[in-house]
Amino acid sequence: MSKLTFSIGGIHPADSKLARESKIEVLPLPPKVYVSMFQHLGAQAQPVVAVGDKVKAGQIIAEPGGFISAYVHSPVSGTVKAIAPRKDLAGFGVMHIEIDVEGDEWAEGIDLSPELVTDIPEDREFILNRIKMCGVVGLGGATFPTHVKLNPPPGKTADCLIINGTECEPYLTSDFRIMLERTDEIVVGAAIMQKVLGGCKCVIGIEENKPEAISAVRASIKKLGFPGISVGVLKKRYPQGGEKQLIDAVMRRQVKSGGLPIDVGAVVQNVGTSLAVYEAVQKNKPLVTNVMTFTGNIVPSERQHNYLFRIGMPLSFIAEQAGGVPEGTVKLVSGGPMMGKAIANFDATTVKGTSAILCLGEETRRHPETPCISCCRCADACPMGLEPFLLKKLYAVGDTAALEQNAVQDCIECGCCQYSCPAYVPLLDNIRMAKAQVMGIIRARNAKK
Amino acid sequence: MTETIIWTVSVLTVLGLLLSLVLFWVARKFRVEEDPRIDEIEKTLPGANCGGCGFAGCRAFADAAVKAGNLDANYCPVGGPETMKKVAAILGCEVKETAPRVAVVRCNGSCANRPKVNEYDGAASCKVKSSLYGGDTGCLFGCLGCGDCVAACQFGALSMDAATGLPVVDEGKCTACGKCVAACPKRIIELRDKGPRGMRMYVSCTNRDKGPVARKACAAACIGCGICAKTCRHDAITVTDNVAYIDFSKCKLCRECEAVCPTGAIHGVNFPKALDKEAVKQRIAERKVKEGDASTTVGMTEKKEAGNE
Repeated sequence: MSKLTFSIGGIHPADSKLARESKIEVLPLPPKVYVSMFQHLGAQAQPVVAVGDKVKAGQIIAEPGGFISAYVHSPVSGTVKAIAPRKDLAGFGVMHIEIDVEGDEWAEGIDLSPELVTDIPEDREFILNRIKMCGVVGLGGATFPTHVKLNPPPGKTADCLIINGTECEPYLTSDFRIMLERTDEIVVGAAIMQKVLGGCKCVIGIEENKPEAISAVRASIKKLGFPGISVGVLKKRYPQGGEKQLIDAVMRRQVKSGGLPIDVGAVVQNVGTSLAVYEAVQKNKPLVTNVMTFTGNIVPSERQHNYLFRIGMPLSFIAEQAGGVPEGTVKLVSGGPMMGKAIANFDATTVKGTSAILCLGEETRRHPETPCISCCRCADACPMGLEPFLLKKLYAVGDTAALEQNAVQDCIECGCCQYSCPAYVPLLDNIRMAKAQVMGIIRARNAKK
Repeated sequence: MTETIIWTVSVLTVLGLLLSLVLFWVARKFRVEEDPRIDEIEKTLPGANCGGCGFAGCRAFADAAVKAGNLDANYCPVGGPETMKKVAAILGCEVKETAPRVAVVRCNGSCANRPKVNEYDGAASCKVKSSLYGGDTGCLFGCLGCGDCVAACQFGALSMDAATGLPVVDEGKCTACGKCVAACPKRIIELRDKGPRGMRMYVSCTNRDKGPVARKACAAACIGCGICAKTCRHDAITVTDNVAYIDFSKCKLCRECEAVCPTGAIHGVNFPKALDKEAVKQRIAERKVKEGDASTTVGMTEKKEAGNE
């Protein structure tokens, strides 16, 4: 079978999967955790515990604040010390629940044994409810509540579930490690989601630079014998893990501007989400743990780690466990180097979607901006077929009508344009602003209707 | 040869005469009747077309003023009261006296007062920077220093001070058009009354964090302690959301607030003499004794006693 990939744009950044050989290690518990109320896309969660309450690990401590929102559970057992705003990694104040850690006692009804459970519950509503009550969100980056995504609006049916194991961002190896170490669980998770979506086919998309993962997943599918699950081998290319790019690569279908994957009959879920779904449905274990990578181009090889962390752990605590931030670090990034966020506040804590801490050296510092030379490399690199140089110019003159015509709202903020620009023009920085402006106008217009 | 020249000249002359007649007729027939006062007012206006009045340009301003027949909705901040008087004379109506205003930068977070906690190497735009994260200092409310306001000013009245990293307003050039106010994503620039001979008081901080947090981020932050509000005899100062604000219509420029402010967040500018803080504090204490109302000190002792109990 030929290798798959998406049709337009894309870049080939250096692989840099430095931590690929490090097995997943379980982090010790810090003395205190700070659980953010804003760990998912949509409305902020509302705390349901009070200061002084005793909580157990896995107990619900906050309820969804709207339709698109998620439950938040206590990652540890202990006492609620405070419910107050605290700075997140960008330095903005977000409501956090502070918990003093006392022992490690889990709430009742949670199965912590490592045994694989392959019998999938029959009732679709039961599965969806488990996923919702366990606060599962998409772990591919956007943290969209999974129960909403797995429940397509009436009249729309999914005919392909794509499990995203591409991990196209350089440096990140957490998805690779779980595909090696938790293979069976991921496959069962995929089968569960397949069932919820009405028994459509399922493709687990993995990039060719992870041959071990491809063979491990293939062997597991064969062993477990779930029907309709296959592995799709993809070429190495960024941003292959983007929802629309992955659908294009695997199904050869294009999502129209302003459309959703379900419009072309596709649902995309990350391998991490698949694991979380397995734990939620088969073990009743809420999403309070996830795997992350501690890596970077100046981190020595013996200090590259893949960690199983609990939500609410301070980033600085994790760095300490990994032997500290190496000298010469000029940038700390949470997530991958392409789409991750710079860490402005190292006391910020992990959230459900945290995928990595990157320590990057001097050579990653940005170059000063020079004038655009109209080479159009950005337009060649854009996987959405946009013209980034034009969008930047239109934003500078404030022409929102032309920005909308040129589909700025379709930008997936992958950063390919900025990466490929030889003049170091901050294209994405400007386009992101333009997108926010145009999205605001579109929302206001829709609200009027 | 001569014949050709004669023919050419005569044909062109006749053609020219005929076309001029056509043009004359068109100009008479399709003439747009316009109020001559619009032109007159436009000439009086500064002609900067800055949009500070809220209209697209000076002609749009003149048009609107003539159509309305009064100046209730029109004020040219660039021309100021003198221009407005001239415009009013043309329209034959009254104009409200409006005090001249000036842009005031309400942030005192210079490099010395507000240490940097990280380094920003993204696009040089305050708007972009504020959308990405909380800023390169501990203060979430202060100046980001990328100079969006400087770029927005059409009159060259704003410039970045390299030593402090803050924008500086040239009062002579500032026309109070408000472009910088709109350009600042942190909303730290405010249009304030220029005051008599340029003398005015203002709180040079917009930090709404609680006192200790604000103080930790910036040595010159307003910590919302309220001493200024207690000291003020003219009821001009209010403290909301941990930050003081001076109402310039009530301020009598006594400078007592500036003297008592523990962080130096209150600024008085263009005063002929430098402020002697100790002398003013002395004056306040004497006045309190005379009035038999030592509420500030009494209040503090009461609190201490309550704490001891």
